[in-house]
Amino acid sequence: MTETGTAAGSGSAAVGVDYETHDYDVIVIGAGGSGLRAAIEAKERGLRVAVICKSLLGKAHTVMAEGGMAAAMGNVWKEDTWQIHFRDTMRGGKMLNNWRMAQIHAMEAPDRVYELERWGALFDRTKDGKISQRDFGGHRYARLAHVGDRTGLELIRTLQQKVVSMGTDVFMECKILRLLADGEGRISGAVGYMRPTGEMVAFTAKAVVLATGSIGKSWMYTSNSWESVGDGHAMAIWAGADVIDMECVQFHPTGMVWPLSVRGILVTEGVRGDGGVLRNSEGTRFMFNYVADMFRSETADTEEEADAWYDDHINNRRTPDLLPRDEVARAINSEVKAGRGSPHGGVYLDIASRRTPEYIKRRLPSMYHQFMELAGVDITAEPMEVGPTCHYMMGGVRVDAETQAATVPGLFAIGEASGGMHGANRLGGNSLSDLIVFGRRAGIGASDFAEGRTGSPHVDAAEIASVIDDAFAPFGREDGANPYDLQHELQETMQRLVGIIRTGPELEEALVKLEDLKQRTAKVQVKGGRAYNPGWNLATDLPSMITTSIAVAQGALNRKESRGGHTREDYPGPDPELGKVNFVQHQTGERGYLAPIAIGPEPLPEMPAELRELFEEGH
Amino acid sequence: MADTAEKPETDAATDEKVTMRIWRGDADGGEFTDYEMPAVEGEVVLDVIHRIQADPAPDLACRWNCKAGKCGSCSAEINGLPRLMCMTRMDTLPPGEAVTVAPMKTFPIIRDLVTDVSFNYEVAKKVPAFKPGPEPEGGYRMQQVDVERGQEFRKCIECFMCQNVCHVIRDHDENKPKYAGPRFFIRFAELEMHPLDVNDRRELAHDMGLGMCNITKCCTEVCPEHIKITDNGIIPMKERVVDARYDPVAWLGRKITGRAKPKSAKEASAG
Repeated sequence: MTETGTAAGSGSAAVGVDYETHDYDVIVIGAGGSGLRAAIEAKERGLRVAVICKSLLGKAHTVMAEGGMAAAMGNVWKEDTWQIHFRDTMRGGKMLNNWRMAQIHAMEAPDRVYELERWGALFDRTKDGKISQRDFGGHRYARLAHVGDRTGLELIRTLQQKVVSMGTDVFMECKILRLLADGEGRISGAVGYMRPTGEMVAFTAKAVVLATGSIGKSWMYTSNSWESVGDGHAMAIWAGADVIDMECVQFHPTGMVWPLSVRGILVTEGVRGDGGVLRNSEGTRFMFNYVADMFRSETADTEEEADAWYDDHINNRRTPDLLPRDEVARAINSEVKAGRGSPHGGVYLDIASRRTPEYIKRRLPSMYHQFMELAGVDITAEPMEVGPTCHYMMGGVRVDAETQAATVPGLFAIGEASGGMHGANRLGGNSLSDLIVFGRRAGIGASDFAEGRTGSPHVDAAEIASVIDDAFAPFGREDGANPYDLQHELQETMQRLVGIIRTGPELEEALVKLEDLKQRTAKVQVKGGRAYNPGWNLATDLPSMITTSIAVAQGALNRKESRGGHTREDYPGPDPELGKVNFVQHQTGERGYLAPIAIGPEPLPEMPAELRELFEEGH
Repeated sequence: MADTAEKPETDAATDEKVTMRIWRGDADGGEFTDYEMPAVEGEVVLDVIHRIQADPAPDLACRWNCKAGKCGSCSAEINGLPRLMCMTRMDTLPPGEAVTVAPMKTFPIIRDLVTDVSFNYEVAKKVPAFKPGPEPEGGYRMQQVDVERGQEFRKCIECFMCQNVCHVIRDHDENKPKYAGPRFFIRFAELEMHPLDVNDRRELAHDMGLGMCNITKCCTEVCPEHIKITDNGIIPMKERVVDARYDPVAWLGRKITGRAKPKSAKEASAG
């Protein structure tokens, strides 16, 4: 249903600006794996559903996921169970996870993988024709269903084709700027613009699902694309929702480091899962020196045992090259700092000396081409140079484990936009499975909410007018900063002061700097017209980037310990008391981009006794 | 403590310059504009475009996402050849000459390097969904060798460069309504070769212009995923369509039974 509205705020520059209004039961913002999966669920319920995405359909960051999706199907190791997957996930997350989300994830992931197969996904197979599963960091058994090293592409294409075949409305290249609430505080729609034309557009909906992905573009070296600016995190905060664990940002240990132009691009953990090892400039497999007590009993302490483990998981312990990502990233950082790095500031990832060229090309075809074409390196003949890159956001909108409902009615969040599932550190392979498990659950939750909601959702035309005003304001300014300069300053600040290793004084410095950037972003200047103008698009992304960056820095300053993806040089160990709380942030009273964000600790949900037993001796 | 592993030592702007000759304009027309930029070691074309956006042309429009050759967003014609901007290294282009970057020709211009590729999304809506046969107890079983045939086509990143170079539509807008193009011929092929799919797509492939393709292999040559679009997708599909449509026994059968569509090979073998 489409209507045309006119912004009518009094005294507003937006007076007379026409915009279309579309009405739906459920709108899903974001078309990565989780958003598409949520849309499918709501569409199957017979609801009126729209998917809204900033890029073309099928280009979302999910395509970058390489290694696979974790699910305890037991196809390769029949010993695997959801309990072991749950345990691995919680330990990987340093016990900061929402236990119920981790449990639901481990229990439901196998069904979701088989469902993809019924929708046309073509997974790699075992010899007896089942879906094959590969080894990955932090997983006790080979558990990742995969398609070579392009599993994310397979996931998104399968879901995309399903969504299209169901006749779902898709608004491509549409940037959402703000969520809209009705008089009772229920989320009732959203407003944004179409990037190709610059025309404004408003949506009314009974339920809104945020599937907006990560925040990584605020760092200089990241595996994330331009889209990952934290739109969902920021819009949820501005709408009064709680966010948790914002300090927990994952730096993937293996990004490309050279040439500079490709710095940060992901090198899949599958390289190590398939036999690759990390070495320093002296040729030492240094990961043996970085095994934390928590993992010592299940990690090999000799190279012989580590190498034997690939073929025999029962009688050998796993290689330390496959410790969880936070452990490996910190180890690489330490090696480089100690002067044992590679020429371009990374370490070596070597699979060439350990597997045949045929095996490497078959198992890791994308990696082979990526290095050959971008770096001129033949990974079947020489080692790769790798180093940490900002990769994944564990923190996000605080949600109900069963429904993914946010703390504001009518709002739901999934994937990287939501927090809790992965705790302080995500295991590789748990992201794709997270998307489909909780995408489905959010689809059910949002559909239930929409069906239970009476009356048409009402949004305030004056609020829409004020959003349009804000969006157009940069065109009228004669002075003010260039958005690219502000983005560069932001990235430099976050990389330098809120990176892998953090300290209190540096985080305080970052917050001062971010406050200054916030004020200057409010006065940013843009040239040109509204149609497909990347400078303007960036100007409208900056508020999301700065709000999320402030929340990350505040979280990092408050969590005076080291846990998972969050490492404080001034508090190098974990603090058992802080391990029992989430840092929750939200706006009280005054809301919006310029308003402050309050922060405080709240206790984690308590795990029931039968699950706690899984972490005791003998398991 | 700030990260130590951040300082690049060898990547540095040199005194050398590169000239980027970029098409600027919109649906009403446009022209090439030259931008002289410092040369930087190891860069790809998209890096230089991004530097031009930062300064001096913040409104220069281009699509991109992953910057690693996996999403297929940044297709353009570089020195006249369709390429992904993110996978084209500057040092592979002739030194000392201007690098021309133009939008894909087959699709209508939106702005600068961005084209309206909605044609492809409209065609995608016409492809019937994957439809598996009944699931046996204990789940489907497939052999790796059988899934690999379809997997080749599922590597497609939808950069639409094969559509862009296909001469059936590149210079003939009038063919677009009746022609799906190479990207969708391999989609049909992928489903037709899927071990579980029971739909018959041969008639549809015929209706969507498979016969208009005269296998000049331009699509295969530009595919960044090195999919053998013509040899492994289009030609086998053409053979199957021909078998089904022009087999005299099948033709006689259709006459007698009144069954309009040829039965798929899978249905036939299933019983």
